[in-house]
Amino acid sequence: MALLTDLINLDLSETTDKIIAEYIWIGGSGLDLRSKARTLPGPVTDPSQLPKWNYDGSSTGQAPGEDSEVILYPQAIFKDPFRRGNNILVMCDCYTPAGEPIPTNKRYNAAKVFSHPDVVAEEPWYGIEQEYTLLQKDVKWPLGWPVGGFPGPQGPYYCSAGADKSFGRDIVDAHYKACLYAGINVSGINGEVMPGQWEFQVGPSVGISSGDQIWVARYILERITEIAGVVLSLDPKPIQGDWNGAGAHTNYSTKSMRNDGGYEIIKSAIEKLGKRHKEHIAAYGEGNERRLTGRHETADINTFIWGVANRGASIRVGRETEQNGKGYFEDRRPASNMDPYVVTSMIAETTILWKP
Amino acid sequence: MSLLTDLINLNLSDCTEKIIAEYIWVGGSGMDIRSKARTLSGPVSDPSQLPRWNYDGSSTGQAPGQDSEVILYPQAIYRDPFRRGNDILVMCDCYTPQGEPIPTNKRHNAAKIFSNPAVAAEETWFGIEQEYTLLRKDVKWPLGWPIGGFPGPQGPYYCSAGADKAFGRDIVDAHYKACLYAGIDISGINGEVMPGQWEFQVGPCVGISAGDQLWVARYILERITEIAGVVLSFDPKPIQGDWNGAGAHTNYSTKSMRSNGGYEVIKEAIQKLGLRHKEHIAAYGEGNERRLTGRHETADINTFVWGVANRGASIRVGRDTEKSGKGYFEDRRPASNMDPYVVTSMIAETTILWNSA
Repeated sequence: MALLTDLINLDLSETTDKIIAEYIWIGGSGLDLRSKARTLPGPVTDPSQLPKWNYDGSSTGQAPGEDSEVILYPQAIFKDPFRRGNNILVMCDCYTPAGEPIPTNKRYNAAKVFSHPDVVAEEPWYGIEQEYTLLQKDVKWPLGWPVGGFPGPQGPYYCSAGADKSFGRDIVDAHYKACLYAGINVSGINGEVMPGQWEFQVGPSVGISSGDQIWVARYILERITEIAGVVLSLDPKPIQGDWNGAGAHTNYSTKSMRNDGGYEIIKSAIEKLGKRHKEHIAAYGEGNERRLTGRHETADINTFIWGVANRGASIRVGRETEQNGKGYFEDRRPASNMDPYVVTSMIAETTILWKP
Repeated sequence: MSLLTDLINLNLSDCTEKIIAEYIWVGGSGMDIRSKARTLSGPVSDPSQLPRWNYDGSSTGQAPGQDSEVILYPQAIYRDPFRRGNDILVMCDCYTPQGEPIPTNKRHNAAKIFSNPAVAAEETWFGIEQEYTLLRKDVKWPLGWPIGGFPGPQGPYYCSAGADKAFGRDIVDAHYKACLYAGIDISGINGEVMPGQWEFQVGPCVGISAGDQLWVARYILERITEIAGVVLSFDPKPIQGDWNGAGAHTNYSTKSMRSNGGYEVIKEAIQKLGLRHKEHIAAYGEGNERRLTGRHETADINTFVWGVANRGASIRVGRDTEKSGKGYFEDRRPASNMDPYVVTSMIAETTILWNSA
């Protein structure tokens, strides 16, 4: 395939100023990522320089056939790790031709929350720990697992190395560098407790940028697993039984929490979250009841508890935060298939804007 | 997969100052190596510039779920041979949030011994010969062996070449260069007596650095075997019967032993080791009784015997050392699965600090 790769890797900057922009959006299920590319006359550094575009919403469950155009508004630019050069990835959100956000557009409302003066003043930071499972193509059984059977029980796999313990590292390492190249704030990666499961973390990111970066990081991951011939799953409990689920723990802090006396602010924020537990859970990802069982490092879905260094809690506060009297906390409830626009803005809304 | 390889090999130094640091630690069994990576804002040359970190000790048998944080203290930096650029590997040891070393942290005590003034003055050098066996994935039978059967008896394999005699050289050679790149003092490699078994040597290293370097070399080897789809075993007697075991012979000298008259110091040190034979054996690796049988170039586990050029001894002194009247000696007792922090510090402690009275 060397000739094909030569063509894919052609450096066009010697022959033309034109660049390729891959427009990315979220489809009708709220979890399916879609994209298509267009040529632009020259390099672009700001989303405002990019033209709006449109796509066939009737093919993604987002518009009827007789009125199918959905409009794409460019919102954030990242460098394209696949095409490289001056080529870009563009995260977009979706509107009707009349300028209204379509129902599956969760970014619009999140952006409103994040531009509220009270929220802006608090500079909300997010660090999201995205877990995911790699599956063998066709059989949809986790990567590295014997087909028709199971590996040895959990224990040896978390942060492991070795051909009998760690499956798919090339995907994970390629993703890490590709995201850093793209300009996504990936802060780390690790192998997870269930074999074939991995995690990457994005953050700290401010406000709406957290959602943009997670979605583009997910897109890049799906493109890389496509190259590797492996299937990406964001299902929160891919295998029933004594196997961990997959979450998207969301670490959060505001300016007040990061300053002296912040620990009290953290505690009152957690209290507020506790009062809206049901509302948050409803928005924290489909199928989460299969994952939040009270076992496998989760708290039961109907229970709200918080604790320092407690991985069986709904919300965990780190020892360092407790010791310093300021810092951040971790909402462990969101599932791996959550929408980061929804989760991040809801946490900000409940803790900053909502009055019980 | 070349598109994947293009991404894995991306040189980020053109677009960012950020580097990736892989923090490595020893897990709850005392033999499982764990690691995870984080992004740092720029290149780092000294461990003191690295932040402490933490991990979920409840997933490695090192902490309970409701109080799960174990703290990682960075101790030594090496260049990352997989990510290259300015990316690094960081050898760490593990502490409770209160700052106490957790029970499986053997480095802490070793570091105390090596910073004892009497030990530091003697500049303890270690050269460790790490043997290991390569196994086929899934069947866990040695690489190159027929499945359900055995190769011809030992004889042709030691230091051999040939498709019917040497199995897995690509792993061994990749490891050799990767370790040199990383900054590990790897002094050599050879194919071993049992087919599918190999050895690399790390040293001479001073004090605590021997343990750090050996653990990171083991980590790099496990990463390489992972890439190759082969399983790494440090079991001291992987196959019963007329097949050699795997050891971690530890070569040792102090300043006094390396100076004129050193041979007498060596003999005294060996005598002290003989008086503490049982204690050392207990700390020299699990399962060693299956290996130290008195056959296959070992001394029986209950016997302490030393000799010049004697590979059937517990401790062997080289002919060179005997002739020069100074040099070093080789403790042949440690198993391949020994903890180098424990073994190196115990040898130093017994020979320098311990009084036989």
